[in-house]
Amino acid sequence: MTYAIRADDLGKRYGSTRALDGVSFAARAGEVLGVLGPNGAGKTTAVRILATLTRPDGGVAEVGGFDVVRQAAKVRKVIGLTGQYAAVDEIISGLDNLLVIGRLLGLPRETARLRSFELLEQFGLTEAARRAAGTYSGGMRRKLDLAASLIGRPQVLFLDEPTTGLDPAARDGLWDVIRALVADGTTVLLTTQYLEEADQLADRIVVFDHGRVIADGTPFELKSKIGGQVLEVWPANERDLGEVATILGEIARGPATVEDRRVSVPVADPDVLRAVVLRLDLADVQVAELALRRPSLDEVFLTLTGHRAATTSPASPAGTAAAAREAAAGRAEP
Amino acid sequence: MTTVPVAGARETLTLTRRSLLHLKTNPEEIIELVVQPIVIVLLFTFVFGGAIKGDWRDYLQFALPGMLVQATLFATMRLGTALGTDFKKGVYDRFRSLPIARFSPLTGAILGEMVRYLLSIVVLMVVGMLLGFRIRTGVLETLAAVVVLLCFGFAMSWGSALLGLTVRAAESASEFAFLIILPLAFTGNLFVPTETMPGWLQVWVNLNPVTSVADTMRGLLLGGEVARPLMWSAVWIAALTALFAPLAIHRFRRRSG
Repeated sequence: MTYAIRADDLGKRYGSTRALDGVSFAARAGEVLGVLGPNGAGKTTAVRILATLTRPDGGVAEVGGFDVVRQAAKVRKVIGLTGQYAAVDEIISGLDNLLVIGRLLGLPRETARLRSFELLEQFGLTEAARRAAGTYSGGMRRKLDLAASLIGRPQVLFLDEPTTGLDPAARDGLWDVIRALVADGTTVLLTTQYLEEADQLADRIVVFDHGRVIADGTPFELKSKIGGQVLEVWPANERDLGEVATILGEIARGPATVEDRRVSVPVADPDVLRAVVLRLDLADVQVAELALRRPSLDEVFLTLTGHRAATTSPASPAGTAAAAREAAAGRAEP
Repeated sequence: MTTVPVAGARETLTLTRRSLLHLKTNPEEIIELVVQPIVIVLLFTFVFGGAIKGDWRDYLQFALPGMLVQATLFATMRLGTALGTDFKKGVYDRFRSLPIARFSPLTGAILGEMVRYLLSIVVLMVVGMLLGFRIRTGVLETLAAVVVLLCFGFAMSWGSALLGLTVRAAESASEFAFLIILPLAFTGNLFVPTETMPGWLQVWVNLNPVTSVADTMRGLLLGGEVARPLMWSAVWIAALTALFAPLAIHRFRRRSG
């Protein structure tokens, strides 16, 4: 079996902190591997090692069949990297940013021009091509950064939190671009803090926590491990919170949590919704809002590790896609 | 692998071009490199010139060689900030993920600075000559003066690079540089003859590398003693490069590894 990316027992220390504490994972050629985890889980360190920017203290890693330490120059010929912070030169134009990378990759001047314009067109940046990249919006900068990493048509692409901090529309645009790349057969390693993003884009997901891999599988496997959904009820009157918690606890056969003005409980079977509505009606509880949503990263971590993720993610009612996206955007950390 | 040095040179030139694109698109740089030195020439010549030398024409003839040194010295501040910003913004991570020679981003950046120093020097010479400055030597001496200035800029740019790669906040690199460079420039004989200063200060002024470079400029552009100041300039340029370049390269390796 040949892997486009293979990491075996990677370790990396910064001072006394173990950024990576023996992680192993692999991605087959043409596969999208999602690396999911909160801030500080070691995702970026892993990407930096695979992209030859950082040397591991222990373990081995291969990209495109080349060792990232001993054959770094060969690895650099097959990879593209888009970091968490859009690495574009803000003073020069978008076009010049791409031309510089094209020329550094050894493309003849005219080829570099054609390739740059092709990518600008593909990412909807043609009109802004000659403007200083510093004038671009966050989404446009990410797209330019992604375009820069694609000039050399890499076999393996690293996307380190490509949508962190983007607004919902920009995020959707970037997702489409990533899907198109994958359709072309590029192997992609994508890190993200959002379960939804990993679910949308990845063929397989590894979950990082404190520099270790704590779960590994297809999105489907992972979700079945975590359990179904979360039911949330906001009673119109705060005095009903206790009663709602009792009702939800009974129906879901598990402890309901009360937070702010909301009662939530994990449910395995979405059918309980009917029973809940009926019981609340019988108890004469007025409901302001009721929602079934997918578990947040926080809840995934709670289930997998027994502790909460380092980042606190506000819960999002998944009744509408827009609300979920809003929550995703709200979770963005600087 | 005979193609490697050639490829490294091509990458360096591409990155020099990138550095110069900044010059083209960033008006602030034109202000720093061109407008600021002109303002200093006008200010010193017409405001202080008469007081220092009795006549502003005599002062211009005395001070312009020093002002060339000052303009070059001030221009070296930019490199540190530029390198620091590239590291902070992740631009160097991108370069390093490409199959290019490891030091080409650094050499490209320094070459880009050299072009800036040359621009600043030429503009200042032309403005000086328009105001009445006269070169009393020949073309060869003038070219030699430009080369010495560029070498001095090269040596000091390593110091700037070291600062920019050491200071965490890229913007504060230029503030630090200013604190070092401003006293350095004014405690030399760039603007004022050494004899007018108190004895204890003269000791330092004669030690200050900018004095040696300014004396070399005067020798090469106006005539007079060249050998001794040129030798001292060469010693300083070699010493500063030998001190700063390895440290800056070390920092560059650390930050990029």
